[in-house]
Amino acid sequence: MELNRLTIIEARAKLDSGEISARQLTEACLNQIAATNERLNAVLTLCTETARLEADEADKRLKNGERRPLLGIPYLCKDNIMTKGIRTTAASKILENYTAPYDATVILKLKEAGAILLGKTNLDEFAHGASTENSAYGPTKNPWDLSRVPGGSSGGSAAAVAADLCIFALGSDTGGSIRYPSAFCGVIGYKSAYGAVSRSGLLSMTSSTDVIGPITKTVADAVLVYNEIAGLDELDATTYPGNRLVEFKSDVKGLKIGLPKEYFVDGLDPEIKAAINQVKNELEKAGAIFSEVSLPYTEYGIPVYYIITPSEVSSNLARFDGIAWGFKAEEANDLQEFYKKSRGQGFGPEAKRRIMLGTFALSAGYFDAYYKKAQAVRTLICQDFSQAFSEFDLLLTPTSPHPAFKIGEISNDPLAMYLEDIYVTGASLAGLPAISLPAGLADREGKKLPIAGQLIAPRGSENKLFSAASVWGDKIKINKNNFI
Amino acid sequence: MLSKEQIKHIATLARLELSEAEELKYSQELSHILNYIDKLNQVNTEDVLITSQIGGLVNSWREDEVRSWNRAEVELALAQGELTGGQVKVKRVL
Repeated sequence: MELNRLTIIEARAKLDSGEISARQLTEACLNQIAATNERLNAVLTLCTETARLEADEADKRLKNGERRPLLGIPYLCKDNIMTKGIRTTAASKILENYTAPYDATVILKLKEAGAILLGKTNLDEFAHGASTENSAYGPTKNPWDLSRVPGGSSGGSAAAVAADLCIFALGSDTGGSIRYPSAFCGVIGYKSAYGAVSRSGLLSMTSSTDVIGPITKTVADAVLVYNEIAGLDELDATTYPGNRLVEFKSDVKGLKIGLPKEYFVDGLDPEIKAAINQVKNELEKAGAIFSEVSLPYTEYGIPVYYIITPSEVSSNLARFDGIAWGFKAEEANDLQEFYKKSRGQGFGPEAKRRIMLGTFALSAGYFDAYYKKAQAVRTLICQDFSQAFSEFDLLLTPTSPHPAFKIGEISNDPLAMYLEDIYVTGASLAGLPAISLPAGLADREGKKLPIAGQLIAPRGSENKLFSAASVWGDKIKINKNNFI
Repeated sequence: MLSKEQIKHIATLARLELSEAEELKYSQELSHILNYIDKLNQVNTEDVLITSQIGGLVNSWREDEVRSWNRAEVELALAQGELTGGQVKVKRVL
């Protein structure tokens, strides 16, 4: 077996027994990147030299008898997370030549854990999008069908894990950006609870919903990565100490799982509906108890999200003024003109669209009608979830309304792209932990495409979420047939 | 529908230079998106507290103490702007 196809747990056993070295594992991943990235465009920056040094260092630690879950495991990281001394672009032209001066907290933790950074992955510019088509460096392709999108915004990370360019990857999820591409690429994507993982060093998008989380090949692997990156960090005042080491066993016996009826309406692909039903049947056989639940404010999730997100984006991207770093326009006579030219030329179309929308929603005369209204409806969406969780341990939903779409198919219709987030914004707006898992394969034009479902848990119930997800992962597997 | 004047005003507030074509495009697209968002007016939010944070934390305090930042990191951060005599150079304001 090619080493790059291993899961963390499989690689762990081989590293610990001395059967393979971290250097061999790293070379296998670097080879796969070299062989496939021209077609996939999943990796924007490769750290070959530092990865080899880190691998040799991990081998020394292993030789000295050190044992840690991620010691010697190579990974890729979404390019909106700061990596010291390494180019960090957020897939934007405005940061094309930007070198991160410090490490994000998650990167520091992974360094200490002995994981090996292979490079940085493609995304929609500043994580604005659901397809990775908004990257200033070209779209990432879906490894299941190169004419299709990998989903977004963590499309590079999801495609890379699916095509075994790495053993795991980091993504960020603001309104579905880990779960949705994981669904399109047939991998596991975990959106941590808001505040469980430090955001220090994550390029701010929507500060009230941004989270970092793992994209992996198995549920057990997601738990290992989560345990290493989660926890209190004084550089992010929204972090909290609890729930780091989730107690996780493959078990759903007696768990009450709700099926939100508003998530199974028209517009959901019948094959996905059937696949989720299959998941339900399997979990039921394993002892879970299902019934329908109502989240009446579901339909307002997208309009709320697309006021709150652009508002926070317009504020967070105000720091890109072209002065201390980033793209600078030539030929500006005064400061005002310099700002306008640098930003006008540096930001791509979707970033500009969101800055405009958010600036409008926050401007005098419109703030109450849009921003405050959205934050009030958000309260009702949060209450929907708390009410559901007074009766249920978990919720089961689809992750996306359909399998991966073609590159260019909806990129000219911004509202249609926003509506893709329909099943994933709810958990983001309420800050809940949620995981996307493959539920089966659909046939499209002679190609197999993954379809997926999502489990959502209340804050503090990560153990139940992972326990149920693990049963799901054991019962329903998709064959990757080494497509690339 | 957002007028061209409104779009120009928003672009100025946002410090974005837009071409004529972009002004037209964003006025159409933003209007289309806002029409959809107006759906929020169907919801009665009288007496509903607005969400200010979702993390469940009330106050998160720490000591306000000065700590030294790694010098190499500071230098790498500053070196990405245009420097004059160790200071970041800014465009003239007046």
